[in-house]
Amino acid sequence: MNAIEVDKLRKTFKVQRNREGLKGAMLDLFKREYNEVMAVKDISFTIPQGEICGYIGENGAGKSTTIKMLTGILVPTSGHLKVGGYVPYAEREKFVQHIGVVFGQRSQLWWDIGVIESFRLLRKVYRVGEQDFKSRLDELVERLQLQDLLNRPVRKLSLGQRMRCELVASLLHQPSILFLDEPTIGLDIVVKSEIREFLLQLNKEHGTTILLTTHDLQDIEALCSRVVMLDDGNIIYDGSLDHLKMTWGKGREVKFQFAEQVSKEKLSILTAGLPVVLEVQSEYEASVIVPQDANVSDVIARVASGVSISDLSIEETNTDDIVREIYRTGNADQPSKQGVS
Amino acid sequence: MRNSAYLDLIRMRFLMMLAYRVNYYSGILIYTLNIGVYYFTWQAIYGSQQTLAGFTVEQMTTYIAVSWMARAFYFNNLDQEISREIRDGSVAIQFIRPYNYILVKMMQGFGEGIFRLLLFMGPGMILACILFPVQLPTDPKLWLIFAWMLFMSFLINSQINIITGLTAFFIENNQGMMRLKRVIVDLFSGVIVPISFFPGWLITLNEWLPFQAITYLPSSVFTGRIPDGDLLGVLAIQLIWFAVLIVPIMLLWRAARQRLFVQGG
Repeated sequence: MNAIEVDKLRKTFKVQRNREGLKGAMLDLFKREYNEVMAVKDISFTIPQGEICGYIGENGAGKSTTIKMLTGILVPTSGHLKVGGYVPYAEREKFVQHIGVVFGQRSQLWWDIGVIESFRLLRKVYRVGEQDFKSRLDELVERLQLQDLLNRPVRKLSLGQRMRCELVASLLHQPSILFLDEPTIGLDIVVKSEIREFLLQLNKEHGTTILLTTHDLQDIEALCSRVVMLDDGNIIYDGSLDHLKMTWGKGREVKFQFAEQVSKEKLSILTAGLPVVLEVQSEYEASVIVPQDANVSDVIARVASGVSISDLSIEETNTDDIVREIYRTGNADQPSKQGVS
Repeated sequence: MRNSAYLDLIRMRFLMMLAYRVNYYSGILIYTLNIGVYYFTWQAIYGSQQTLAGFTVEQMTTYIAVSWMARAFYFNNLDQEISREIRDGSVAIQFIRPYNYILVKMMQGFGEGIFRLLLFMGPGMILACILFPVQLPTDPKLWLIFAWMLFMSFLINSQINIITGLTAFFIENNQGMMRLKRVIVDLFSGVIVPISFFPGWLITLNEWLPFQAITYLPSSVFTGRIPDGDLLGVLAIQLIWFAVLIVPIMLLWRAARQRLFVQGG
């Protein structure tokens, strides 16, 4: 069964246009003008139950708008969507009983009261039985190590502590689908990896479907088997992270430091005939990008035969670079073979 | 089960208000001062006259004290709260919970109301009775009716606040609306001047508006200015306005759902 089904989903916003100058301001008083902005442009995808899917894209690509439609906050302009068997905006009160949502930038806890009070209120809001609540809370508290925090007011928690509490708050009613909108924003590395580990375990033990948006691609690498990439309201990639790396990865980068001055011409001659891209940083530094199917040792042997090398390192292109490159071109279909920035 | 969440929201708001109760000690003084200002002003206006617009001096004093203290109970800032939640986008959090946002706000307002009744209106009333020649009725039936009407005042005032707050969905900055509402409610509800002092056409207009149901009607009943025969009619007016005001709230809410634009991405 599919946890999330989205078909030709579209959302347009009316944005007020402010005319310039005093005359414009006066005109605005009487007749407003609006621009239509299409934030999500007829996107379609499905997420099967139990999958962890990453939803990435630049700021303003339409990620949050999509999440808000999937969680029933926003009503779509057109298209169909079904989440956990419900149409979110139509049956909102029934539907939200089955989902958990964490917004990294907003708190769902009550600011002035102890964390535990918030949890107790949420228990009543979601109509969770006292027994279920207790065992669930104990499990979550132990796993996220919140024992000492429960009686503190939310405003006195650090961001990392608060985010762990937010996770508990979103999971008390055992939702089958969890939406995370930038859950690791602003957190330190330790908390980030704790949260990732927790989410993996949650997915494994309870089969919770997780959809998360993030700007931290390490989240994606640690968690997601699948990535949906959004650009300007369109899906530009939908598939596995490995596939993305395979087709977009420029291969390995061999960085040389030379013990002598070396000209670009000399390096070109040395590497002639090899399917590589040469980048010269200075007279003492250069790097060679070697595609996946070519042999690194050939390149090193060729260069070493002509110049003396003081140091060298080999680096795999990381996901950040890949994604940056895709954002830049706005297209994930055809990786450019020349792809040197 | 379901109702217990709403009841808990009342309790929660009450506890939160209690945490900040020091703010309210000054409030009691401000309201008492207001009563004083209006008391002395009316004394001067009456001069040697015995009655004005059907009010005796004693009735006027009691009317002022009761009206202001009633205001201490039914007053709330639901409009500001709602408009702030809409503008800073935190209303999104309210949408991911299995409850009705409007009802939640109503409950929170009621929690605040109970707090105000116990820690604000009660002590304030005692203070006012000591300082000014206020004559409260002795008939327990009248007290009961007043309590009920006060509850209705709270509902109607909160409904008007919710309507004003929800306009933030449609107007980028509804501060002006909220200020306008506040002045209109204070003036037309009869808390500043009893409605019977208004010129005829304004009284007629007011009969078609919900504001008199907030202060003027309950205070008039409590000060014994409404004959027993008219009592049912007065109670009906409040009930009717409560029912009627549900309609614009529902319409605004439905329209807001369609065009909700959560600020801040």
